Amino acid sequence: MSDITQSGPVLAADGTPLKRSLSRALRMQKLRALMLIAPLLLFILVTFILPVGDMLFRSVENGIVRDTLPRTVEALADWDPASGELPEEAVFAAMAADLQIAAEEKTHTKVAKRLNYENPGVSSVFRKSGRKVSKWDLATDGPFREKLIDIDKGWGDIELWRTIKTYSGQITSGYFLNAVDMQLGAEGPEIRPENERIYNTMLIRTMRMSLIITFSCILLGYPVAWILANLPARKANLLLILVLLPFWTSLLVRTSAWKILLQQQGVINDTLVWIGLVDDANRLVLINNELGTIIAMTHILLPFMILPMYSVMQTINPSYLRAAKSLGATDWTAFWRVYFPQTVPGIGAGSILVFILAVGYYITPALVGGTKGTFISNLIAYHISTSGNWGLGAALGAILLAVVLLLYWVYDKVVGIDNVKLG
Amino acid sequence: MSALPPYATVGQRTWHYTFRVICGLVFFFLIAPIVVIIPLSFNAQDFFTFTPEMLRLDPEGYSLKHYRDFFNNDSWQSAMWNSLKIAPMATIVSVTFGTLAAIGLSQPHVPFRRAIMAILISPMIVPLIISAAGMYFFYSRIGLQGTYIGVVLAHAALGIPFVIITVTATLVGFDRSLTRAAANMGADPVTTFFRVQMPLILPGVISGGLFAFITSFDEVVVVLFVGSAGQKTLPWQMFIGLREQISPTILAVATILVAISIMLLATVEMLRRRSERLRGMSPS
Amino acid sequence: MKLSKLSALAMTTALCAPSAFAEEMANELTLVSWGGAYQASQHKAYVEPYLAANPDVKVVWDESSAEAVAKIRAMNEAGNVTWDLVDVVASDAMRLCDEGLAEELDHDEVLAEAPDGTPASEDFGDLIVSDCFVPQIVYSTTFGYRTDLIDQPDSVCAIFDTEKYPGKRSLQKRPIDNMEWALYCDGVAKEEIYDVLGTDEGVEQALAKLDTIKDQVVWWTAGAETPQLLADGEVVMGSTFNGRLFSAIAEQGQPIGMLWDMQSFDLDGWVVPAGLPADRKARVMDFLKFATDTQRLADQAAYISYGPARASSAPLVGKHAELGIEMAPHMPTDPANAGNVHVYDYEWWADNRDDLDAKFQAWLAK
Repeated sequence: MSDITQSGPVLAADGTPLKRSLSRALRMQKLRALMLIAPLLLFILVTFILPVGDMLFRSVENGIVRDTLPRTVEALADWDPASGELPEEAVFAAMAADLQIAAEEKTHTKVAKRLNYENPGVSSVFRKSGRKVSKWDLATDGPFREKLIDIDKGWGDIELWRTIKTYSGQITSGYFLNAVDMQLGAEGPEIRPENERIYNTMLIRTMRMSLIITFSCILLGYPVAWILANLPARKANLLLILVLLPFWTSLLVRTSAWKILLQQQGVINDTLVWIGLVDDANRLVLINNELGTIIAMTHILLPFMILPMYSVMQTINPSYLRAAKSLGATDWTAFWRVYFPQTVPGIGAGSILVFILAVGYYITPALVGGTKGTFISNLIAYHISTSGNWGLGAALGAILLAVVLLLYWVYDKVVGIDNVKLG
Repeated sequence: MSALPPYATVGQRTWHYTFRVICGLVFFFLIAPIVVIIPLSFNAQDFFTFTPEMLRLDPEGYSLKHYRDFFNNDSWQSAMWNSLKIAPMATIVSVTFGTLAAIGLSQPHVPFRRAIMAILISPMIVPLIISAAGMYFFYSRIGLQGTYIGVVLAHAALGIPFVIITVTATLVGFDRSLTRAAANMGADPVTTFFRVQMPLILPGVISGGLFAFITSFDEVVVVLFVGSAGQKTLPWQMFIGLREQISPTILAVATILVAISIMLLATVEMLRRRSERLRGMSPS
Repeated sequence: MKLSKLSALAMTTALCAPSAFAEEMANELTLVSWGGAYQASQHKAYVEPYLAANPDVKVVWDESSAEAVAKIRAMNEAGNVTWDLVDVVASDAMRLCDEGLAEELDHDEVLAEAPDGTPASEDFGDLIVSDCFVPQIVYSTTFGYRTDLIDQPDSVCAIFDTEKYPGKRSLQKRPIDNMEWALYCDGVAKEEIYDVLGTDEGVEQALAKLDTIKDQVVWWTAGAETPQLLADGEVVMGSTFNGRLFSAIAEQGQPIGMLWDMQSFDLDGWVVPAGLPADRKARVMDFLKFATDTQRLADQAAYISYGPARASSAPLVGKHAELGIEMAPHMPTDPANAGNVHVYDYEWWADNRDDLDAKFQAWLAK
């Protein structure tokens, strides 16, 4: 070793210094690995990450007001809503000009819809005016203030102008505020009136029910995982099939099975009546409420709890338990002080996984949840596909995603993504 | 732990059996809902409960009429064909990209490995409704919404985490000196891959593929948003059926799907054991 | 190279040209509707005869009418409309037309005349509530009840009377109709309903009335749910479209009765999405003309009990296609059924829908 160092750097076979040659090889290796990963990474970015990002952007995007009513927005810049007076004639003239173009392109109803979210009633003011304004001659027909108010007295309402001014930016916080039951009032953000608050309730309910489901899964999954880990391999493998079959069965099949089982005229109620536990007139209400969602989702997510717990329990050496007992511990102490602590990582991994999956559920709550058992996802779907308030749907989605990603991060720290096991 | 020692006390004995009963009940809870729909699908009536004839095991109470419904009804049939057209294609896409990337990820020095892994697994973690809504808007914009390709790409993205997870798991036990030996003997990387590496990780690739297949085959949220009438899949048709009128045909479809699941599960289990045996990780 | 490309191009044009001229209409037709018995009646009355006359055409149904507005908006934003003809309720047709998402039509030009030569616009009359809308049917949202489980109710207010009519009831999961019924049954005069509902106190009053039965209500989103719930005995009474109830009663022989009181009167019809390519639009127009002529609308009434939107169709309404019973007495347009009708205010709801939806959803979640 020492005589080589005297003769200069170590050389590889081709005469380059070994250090450089090695680092080049390492670079090549890294490059090759990246080349193999690159196609998939690109694929996921385009088909998945970009779409999700694009949707999230809708939660703040608000170009429509400025794009449709550019003159009005500019003219309103000098107006102070706190003055308590209507904007001056120039603003009304600008609005007439904007409306004329917008009505031509039929965009006035779109901006009306946007503003109607913040101030109910704006929609009809715009819709009624669009057609009439397009017949005016902008050069000669002024002044427009009285004429617009003539068409709809809504134009004489300061609130309408304040709404336009408040929501004239390219970016808005309006949807996010709405998603946490707040709104932009005259003096900044404020809590919505009590009869319009819903999203916090739904978010809390989603969390609470996901927690209940996670706990039911721990409760039901723990003994099963234990027995799987402690039976001889052949028997355990057979029983494992019973856990894996639900895991492989279509979500819809399982949900429809529960729908059929839980109905008031369904199999469970029929059986209970037949045994005599329940009176025919007072059949249990097991579906279209929280209970229905909890039962069905616990069933659906249980394998995701059992499998990680099972794989952790498999690695626990039974001699620890025997040692504890031979040292005088009772069965319970041996379990609680020696065995249980070693299974905590499995419980943790299973719980985070189940919770992450549960908070995002949509199909099962929609089919068995009624109104009390629905989740925030159901409201997101409602806003995306029925009400058309995409911005609000996106804002709710962003909040849900933030919760999930936070847990994902915790999961990665605690368990490591590489350690996810499937079957 | 399975057998009770001869010196066990009465309390221990009671607990031992109580515990077994509890486990039995949980297994029952897991499996009963799936099993119960199978006999119900042979109901001769349009009911969702066991009729008195069925309970008496009277052959009159049973019939194949819901299965005939399924095979004669155009919308169920086209839904089945759509599913069979979409799922294999999505599987091929996710297995091809996924296997390559998994091999890349299992190299010893991969920069940003954790971050890349997090991104590739994310389709499994992000709530489906968010993925679905995002794809709905984005695919609309690039003209893929309501097309066959759009649905295939969306399902492929959802299947990728499963391929990555199963294939990287197989590669953990892969002996790298085998590829080096092949290279030493003059095989080029492509030959090495197909002749040496591929046969060994094949079980992992196939189970990953089956996971990707079942993901697409069972998927309903994303296809509801990204697909249009021309891509109505079996789960979609079931979802409509469940929300609209739950006709007993759904039970026949459900039973067929359960049979498919059992077949796929059996294949995956077989492959897993084979691969563990090959790698000497489990004693048969 | 260039030459061969050119000649190849010429070849393909030459090959395609004859067929392109003979058949400038697309052969795929995507129709959007509501599913269930209603879509089946459309299929039998319009699509089957059309396919018999045009064997090359392929029709695909999409049961997405409930989400039609949002979906058309997304398609339009992306410039990629995959639907050809969409069945929507009148209020949705107005929204789509307002936003330029549906094609404006000259009804006299694109639709068939009545057999006696009356132009289409006169034949449909007032039912053409929007330039984009081709009415098909008049329907109503009304109540069905289990004849064997509760007494026969005679007023819509029976839904709020849990003493006399115990059991669960099903209502549609939206504020429209339910708020009006609540106020009506809370003593508000029919003419004043919308004035009252326009105030915060009025909304409170309606929700308070609904509160009295909230724990007894199963909320539905698809029209087929109430008949199913009634048949299963999960509810004793519930609102749904009258045609769905008719099929449960007359075709399936369920022990269900129909209540004609304060039923909400509404229209359903076709709209053509804006921005279709020429060949598809040509096919759509050809189908639309066929599917909305006097005979076809009358034929539909043989499968489902909705009133045809054309005046000239009414005398042609005959018997049920399979059961052979007279259909006219089961139509919402029949004078005997239209004694006390609730006509819902499109304009008012267009303004207040978002606001009341939010309040209604908040109330539901409480």
